Amino acid sequence: MITVESLTRRYAGFTAVDNVSFTAQSGRVTGFLGPNGAGKSTTMRVMVGLTAPTSGSATIDGVRFADLPNPGLEVGVLLDASAQHAGRTGREILTVASDTMGLPRTRVDEMIELVSLTPTEAGRRVRNYSLGMRQRLGIATALLGEPRVLILDEPANGLDPAGIRWMRDLLTDFASQGGTVLLSSHLLHEIEVIADDLVVIGNGRIVASGSKEELLAAAGTLARSTSPRDLAHALERAGIPSTLGGDGSVRTDADPARVGAVALAAGIALTELRSAEGAGLEDMFLSLTADTQREGAAA
Amino acid sequence: MTATIVPTASTTAAVPPRRSARAVPTTRLVKVELRKMFNTRSGFWMLVSIGVMSVAAAGSVLVFAPDSDVTYSTFARAIGFPMSVILPMIAILAVTSEWSQRSGLTTFTLVPSRGRVIGAKAIATLLVGLGSVALAYAVGTVGNVAGSAAAGVDTVWDMSWSTAAQMALGNLVGMAIGFTLGVVMRNSAAAIVGYFVVSLVMPGILVLLAQVRSWFEDLQPWIDWNYTQVELFEGTTDTAEEWAMLGSTTMIWIAIPLVVGLLALRRSEVK
Repeated sequence: MITVESLTRRYAGFTAVDNVSFTAQSGRVTGFLGPNGAGKSTTMRVMVGLTAPTSGSATIDGVRFADLPNPGLEVGVLLDASAQHAGRTGREILTVASDTMGLPRTRVDEMIELVSLTPTEAGRRVRNYSLGMRQRLGIATALLGEPRVLILDEPANGLDPAGIRWMRDLLTDFASQGGTVLLSSHLLHEIEVIADDLVVIGNGRIVASGSKEELLAAAGTLARSTSPRDLAHALERAGIPSTLGGDGSVRTDADPARVGAVALAAGIALTELRSAEGAGLEDMFLSLTADTQREGAAA
Repeated sequence: MTATIVPTASTTAAVPPRRSARAVPTTRLVKVELRKMFNTRSGFWMLVSIGVMSVAAAGSVLVFAPDSDVTYSTFARAIGFPMSVILPMIAILAVTSEWSQRSGLTTFTLVPSRGRVIGAKAIATLLVGLGSVALAYAVGTVGNVAGSAAAGVDTVWDMSWSTAAQMALGNLVGMAIGFTLGVVMRNSAAAIVGYFVVSLVMPGILVLLAQVRSWFEDLQPWIDWNYTQVELFEGTTDTAEEWAMLGSTTMIWIAIPLVVGLLALRRSEVK
C-alpha cells in the first residue's frame, strides 16, 4: 500500500505539488491522471526519494522509501524509460540492477523473456532501442526483484497494441495477487480499462479520487427519447437540471432511476436510459481538470 | 471531493509477507560500480586505451629513444603520461554519467542513500587507479628488460621507490580532481571542460600572476595544484614544506569542493 499524506513540493515561485493526499490500496490498480505538468511525475519522484518533499510524506506500507533496506525487492519503479545509459546493452542494464539487488543472474534472462525482448535485442545498446523497447526494458527492471508494489509513470507510452494488452494483463494479474499498482498515463482508455481506483490531479492539487465506478457514476445519466425537448422540460419541472445534447440525448446529474420515474410520470417513452459512463473517463477528466487545462475550453 | 480512496467492495487479497530484506552491502555496491565504469561503450574504450597506450608508449620508447635513455624511468614516464590524462576522465564519467545519461534514476531508486553510492564510486575509482598504475609499472618493467636486451645495453633500474610511490599518488590525485569535478558539476561535458580549464588554463594564469605580483610568488605553490602535481610526477616532493603544499592544494581543490558538492548532491533532485 502506498500512502501519500499532505505532500507539498515547492520550487522557487511555484508549487508543483500542493497538499496532495491519497492512498493506493494493495490488490488494486490505482490510475494517476492529470494534464501535462499537473504534478504527477513530481509526486512519483517524491515517493521514491528522488525528490525531497517540501512538506508531507509518502510511505510504502508505512515505511519511507529511503528507509527500505533493499528497495528493489519491495518496490518496482519505472519513472522514465529513456533514463537509461545509452551506451549500455539492455542485458547489462538488467545485470547491473540485478547485481545491486543481490539476485541470481538467471533472473536477468527470465525478465528478458518475460518482456518479450529477443536475446539479440537484449545484446544491443539502448541508444538503438525504440521507445517501446525501452519501456519493456524499464518494466523488466521494475519487476526484477519480485516487488509487491509497482510505481509506473506512463509505462504504456510507445508500446504497440500487443504490448499494451500484455501490460494490461500483467498489471491486472499483479494486483489480483495482492500487489499494489500505481500507474500514471495519458492514455485514458487504457486507464479506464485497467484501473480500479482513480486519482485525478490538476495544477498540483487532487481534483478527484475514488473508485472508478464512483467517479464515473458521478458523471450522471444519459437518456434518449423520441422527443428530447419534452423530456428536458419534464425534468426541469421535476427540479432536475439537464442539458440537451446535439445528438438528441439528454444528460443530467440525477441517477437513472429518478430520470426514468420522471419520464414515466410525464408519459414520455424513453429509447435509452443509462448512467453516462459511456461518455467515460475522457469527459470526466476534461471537466474535472477544465480549470487547469492548457487548452482552456477543452471541456 | 474526498482526498482519500475508500476501497469499495474490498478486493484486497492477502498481502504477501514482507521480504526480510537486508541492506545492500558496500562490497556489492563497489563491485557494481566497477562494472558500470567499463560496461558502457565509452568506459570500455577507455579501459582498452589504457592498455593499448601503455604498450604503445613502451613501444615508442624502444623505437625512438637513444640507447642511453633506455632506462626504467623513461619507460615509466612515457607510459604514465597518457594514463595521467585518461584516468581523470574515467573518474569524471564514473560520477557524471548518472546524471548526463540519467541512469541515476535507477541507481538512486535501487540505493536511495546517495552518499553510499558516491562512496562506492570513490572506492571503485581508487581501485581502477591503483590497478592502472600497477599496469604501467608492469609494462614498464617488461619494456625495460626487453628494450635493454634489444639495444644491447645494461638494464638500468633508475627509479627509487619514493619516486614510484609519488607518481602513483600523482595519478590518484589527478583522479580525485576529476571525481571532485564530477560531483560538483554532475554533467559529463561540463566536468571534462572544467578539468581542462583547471589543468591547462588555470596554471598559466597562476604562473603569470606570480610573475607580475611578487606577493603571489610565494603563495603560488600553496594554491596551484599543477605545481604540486608536477612535483609528484617528478618524484621531488621531499621536504615537510612540500608535503604541506600538497596538503594545501588538495584541501583547496579536492577536499573543500568535494564536501560542498556532496552536500548539494545529496539534496539535489534526480531527474
